Amino acid sequence: MSEQVITHSDIKFQEYFLNMGPQHPATHGVLRLILTLDGEEVVGIEPDLGYIHRGIEKMCEYDTYRQIIHLTDRFDYLSSHMNNEAVCLAVEKALEVEVTDRIKVIRTMMDELTRIASHLLWWGVMGMDVGALTTFMYAFRDREMINEIMEKTTGARLTMSYNIPGGVMFDLHKDFQKDVKNLIAHMRKVLPEYDRLLTGNVIFQRRMKGIGTLSKEDAVNYGATGPVARASGISCDTRKHEPYSAYNRVKFNEVIETAGDNLARYQVRMQEMYESLDILEQLVDNIPEGDYQVAMRNLIKLPKGEFYQSVETARGEFGVFIVSDGKKNPYRVHFRSPGFNNLNALLKAGLGGKIADLVATMSTFDFVIPDIDR
Amino acid sequence: MTNQELITYITAWNDDAQFSLPAETDSGIISAIDDLSGTIVNVEIPPTHLTEFMKRLQSDPELQFDYLFDMIGMDWGKELGILYYLKSTVLHHKIVVRIKIEDRENPEVDTMENIWKAAHLQEREIFDLFGIRFKGHSNLKRIFLRKDFKGYPLRKDYEDDYMIIRK
Repeated sequence: MSEQVITHSDIKFQEYFLNMGPQHPATHGVLRLILTLDGEEVVGIEPDLGYIHRGIEKMCEYDTYRQIIHLTDRFDYLSSHMNNEAVCLAVEKALEVEVTDRIKVIRTMMDELTRIASHLLWWGVMGMDVGALTTFMYAFRDREMINEIMEKTTGARLTMSYNIPGGVMFDLHKDFQKDVKNLIAHMRKVLPEYDRLLTGNVIFQRRMKGIGTLSKEDAVNYGATGPVARASGISCDTRKHEPYSAYNRVKFNEVIETAGDNLARYQVRMQEMYESLDILEQLVDNIPEGDYQVAMRNLIKLPKGEFYQSVETARGEFGVFIVSDGKKNPYRVHFRSPGFNNLNALLKAGLGGKIADLVATMSTFDFVIPDIDR
Repeated sequence: MTNQELITYITAWNDDAQFSLPAETDSGIISAIDDLSGTIVNVEIPPTHLTEFMKRLQSDPELQFDYLFDMIGMDWGKELGILYYLKSTVLHHKIVVRIKIEDRENPEVDTMENIWKAAHLQEREIFDLFGIRFKGHSNLKRIFLRKDFKGYPLRKDYEDDYMIIRK
């Protein structure tokens, strides 16, 4: 009996496909990724989108400018305040309305509260994605404080629709300053706790370090923005480069890491929470007196022209493009959503890793699916 | 570069005889889009020159437009169009390049995927909602709507009897 030697060339290799989602727990919504696998290695990713495509851009063409704001909440519901603000700023710019300092400061503070809330939710869910269930409880406990601040002032906890063209809907609640100060003190105490719980954990570090690396060139070429791009060493913070609202009167650092891997993206968001606290601290005692609304006509008609406004949401740069032909409805509205473009970068960063790595990488990209589908 | 410098720099390319940018009076170089930091330079070029023009924008060391920030599909009624919003992460200036496509039945332009990978999903979205085909795209098919969907909903002449109520 002769012994048969099997050489590498005798084995037939076959690529096969795997559906990840649409209901995978780590996709945070209905995102379906069709993976091409070679063994356990991911060699191809194709997204299948549209499960919650609502055609908001088309809906906007039949709505007035005041109505559009309520639709923008539904993109990235964790950055709803910034999305509202982008439309309001575009409308105000088109009409050349200058809002009061009080409005600017209120908007900036709400932005930063939203950003912390969003990053907290990301941190909790991300821990869960890589198998640390406790983080979810910690993050949601602390996020509740922000939700309560929001609820007192705006009456809503998630999709606030607090911004309107020419100001904000209500004045600040009388407890606002006290609550924010409480929050800042509390967050400064718990953020190091978060680090002790998760960041230093050896298993967590192994899941993060050197995984899902996105080089600087790729991040630029694939169109990433926000924390994803900043983790790859690109300076792209709209708050710094084109300051809007009250960002030109506060001091803060743009957090930039250079490694481009999961850990870098993680660190950028953790540091951003500290920066947001700094911004809040500078503003909380300096809210100027004044009106919280500037008088504007009930039915807004923009002059003929094209207007663009971008803001920095928790996920990256969100842009609103309005084409007006002078009527009460816009001729065309386009939304540049950060999630859609960051997804493009995931298609690159996820290649070459294992399936389990892709789960971790997706968490650090922090997708909100309605933001991708629109 | 400031906006004025950009306009002067790009207008000078007319002399190379490689491109023929439309005359400034017609629909050539205009500044139309308002942005917080002032207006953005707009360049309209014929679709036939798109690829070489974009390649030059990206590779010219004075310009270095390395970042395709946004792609916006448009329907102006008579013609379709695309706006390319470019940025430079090195030199921090921006430009909007716009093209108009007369053919509504079978609109087609070159893909930008080979220059900026960011165009991959953006072009699929524009194909899905406007029906503009991109020559050379690696995976051009509908992205949001189902495969058997009829029509292109973001076009102005799109008809839908029960989803859109026209006044």
